[in-house]
Amino acid sequence: MSHSASSTFDRWSGGTCPFDAGWRKVMMWWFIVTDGLLFAGFLAAYGYARLLAFHWPDQAEVFSLKYIAAMTFVLISSSATMATAVDAARKGARSTALRFILLTAAGGAIFLGMQAYEWSHLIAEGARLNANPWGDAAFGAYFFLLTGFHGTHVLTGVIILATTAIRTAMGRTQAEGVEMAGLYWHFVDLVWVFIFTLFYLL
Amino acid sequence: MSEQHGFVRRYVFSTDHKTIGIQYILTGLLMALAGGLLATLIRLQLGWPDHQWLFLSRLLPKGMPSGVMTPEFYLAVVTMHGTIMVFFFISYVLVSGFGNYLVPLQVGARDMAFPFLNMLSYWIAFLAAGVMLASFFVEGGAAAAGWTAYPPLSAVSSAVPGSQMGQTIWILSMALFIASFTMSGLNIVATVFSVRAPGMWMMRLPLTVWSYFIASILGLLAFPPLTAAAVMLLLDRHFGTSFFLPSGMVIGNTHLTNTGGSPLLWQHLFWFLGHPEVYVLILPALGVACDIIPAFTRKPVFGYRMSVWCLMAVGCLSMIVWGHHMFVSGMSPFTGEYFSLVTLTITVPMTIFGVNMLASLWGAKLQLRVPMMFSLGVLALFGSGGFGGLFLGNATADMQLHDTYFVVGHFHMMIGGVTLLATFGAIYFWFPKMFGRMMNETLGKLHFWTTFLPFFTIFFMQHFLGLQGAPRRYYAFTAYDYLQKTRGQNLIISIAAMILVSSQCVFAINFVWSLFKGRVAEANPWGATTLEWTVPSPPPHGNFGNMPVVERWAYEYGVQTVDGDFAVQTVPSQIAPVSA
Repeated sequence: MSHSASSTFDRWSGGTCPFDAGWRKVMMWWFIVTDGLLFAGFLAAYGYARLLAFHWPDQAEVFSLKYIAAMTFVLISSSATMATAVDAARKGARSTALRFILLTAAGGAIFLGMQAYEWSHLIAEGARLNANPWGDAAFGAYFFLLTGFHGTHVLTGVIILATTAIRTAMGRTQAEGVEMAGLYWHFVDLVWVFIFTLFYLL
Repeated sequence: MSEQHGFVRRYVFSTDHKTIGIQYILTGLLMALAGGLLATLIRLQLGWPDHQWLFLSRLLPKGMPSGVMTPEFYLAVVTMHGTIMVFFFISYVLVSGFGNYLVPLQVGARDMAFPFLNMLSYWIAFLAAGVMLASFFVEGGAAAAGWTAYPPLSAVSSAVPGSQMGQTIWILSMALFIASFTMSGLNIVATVFSVRAPGMWMMRLPLTVWSYFIASILGLLAFPPLTAAAVMLLLDRHFGTSFFLPSGMVIGNTHLTNTGGSPLLWQHLFWFLGHPEVYVLILPALGVACDIIPAFTRKPVFGYRMSVWCLMAVGCLSMIVWGHHMFVSGMSPFTGEYFSLVTLTITVPMTIFGVNMLASLWGAKLQLRVPMMFSLGVLALFGSGGFGGLFLGNATADMQLHDTYFVVGHFHMMIGGVTLLATFGAIYFWFPKMFGRMMNETLGKLHFWTTFLPFFTIFFMQHFLGLQGAPRRYYAFTAYDYLQKTRGQNLIISIAAMILVSSQCVFAINFVWSLFKGRVAEANPWGATTLEWTVPSPPPHGNFGNMPVVERWAYEYGVQTVDGDFAVQTVPSQIAPVSA
């Protein structure tokens, strides 16, 4: 038996996690899968509605795509700062980790602010859950549903990051805690990539 | 691990998986009482369609004003019976209850991966059950759109009385249930992944643990889309959106302003959950039966590895077959063909699994103790109920049988009967471990026969009602000439149902009596091999004194050790040869 085969065997043979991850991280991964499926449900419903639609508005006329692109850029950049924070936490560089966690949280907060502005702008133009001036009623419904659910996830992420930052500042976080906050944050960003592509661009 | 807490921390807000498991089981059994009483009301109506039940008119002045049910109340009763039995009885007792109790013990862990989350999960589940029961007492009564909550009935408040607050509360209760079930599922999955004792390879796990593991994964994958759908349904109900409501709908002479939605979207999202959900319920039932049987045949289960792979195959396939609930929804014949094909494919691993169970009995001298009798009942119902699935999975036959009593008979035999009998089998089998006392055998056997025979009668006959064209959920089937001749059959079914319900009193008496007066159980009363039987009954906080080291698989029967003709999983290879 080759060495790699025997080590794979040992990992699954009990007494340890097969992925060298603590059960917290295993649980986080599964939670992300379930949460991902929640958005999959919303996006599948949205796809169904697009198939039924008579007159789906031209997104380029409704949204300022440059503004949305800027929002996306902010959020993706915050994933990069998060990755740096996780790396620093793993190396034990606490102050670097703290700085980058705060930067990430700031990125999330900026994204939320920009989204709030986008919402208020569209609501002022007449977008409602059950009607909108541009086309099918479903457009407004799915807009608020998708961006609203994603927004609450970003808000949750910012709260998690703030908690992690406080705990890091007090020296009570382990690298795994930062990493788990990071997993959630990357997930929230990834969901946005899907929403951006499927709702704003397609 | 041996710290002592006060009464509240030990029995009420406990983080011990065993206490939580028992809490789930007791809550579920109480909910079964509610669900069973609702079933009794249904059978009273269908067995004696014109009879005035005067004493019931005093108990239920709104639902049965002159002693005969109103149609709206009948719909609410059917809806709540289904909801309570599926989500609040079987899910609580068999999946969350025994899952919590057995998984850490059987994988050799001191507790679940995250005990606090586990406690939270139970108390949210408790709240969900309370909220669901409360919906009977609001304006308009309980939800009446069926356990599947199809729009428009569930989305338009003015559709039926139950569509008012009752439906909203139904959705909120389901949201709580999903949150709790997700926590419990995450816990079971993480526990099986990460907290197995040394030597407990995946292919040494008892089939019970395998079935809970796969059922939990299925639950985690299937419930979120239903959450999404439930959010959208709430928005439709209260915020004027039209996710599930098409344009041009007229309800009660009012033209609805909704446009652009589709009730079929709900059906897709619901059944994407709904089909895996039936496997979430039935896999633990089969897993539990698989672990009970060898203790009474005194030989290993047949084809353990094949059974594990079958469970996995069933899990994967169950995610892609949901459309077979929607054959009559105007689905394209090509799509229907696809869903038929994958549905019938599921019968292959399920049949292999069933035949493995049957082959486990081959050549053995069966010891017909009560848990074994219930497990054999599981096998009987699984076999005969499964045949109905062949008809319903086939789009051509389903066109005729859809929404008839054939469907009712089929799913009651499978997710009703298989799970019910497995639940009872599990209670009789693990009661000594949980409470340190044996249950009474004679009462147990009486309970088995008065449960199994009426149950089989009721749902076997309902298949034939369905073949005669009797539609489900109809309150007054006597209004149709062609169904007049089914009066006699309905009467027999109702009488059998009354026997079935009364028989549960025998169980309740046995349960309570044994709790206090039953014969004291030793650590391993059945001579079984899995890890929970190596610790005292009931197991102490923290389960194991020294952490167990697993040396063999869970089915080492027919070898000689000091304990008898079996070797528990911790017996080292020097003492008895290791099969797997």
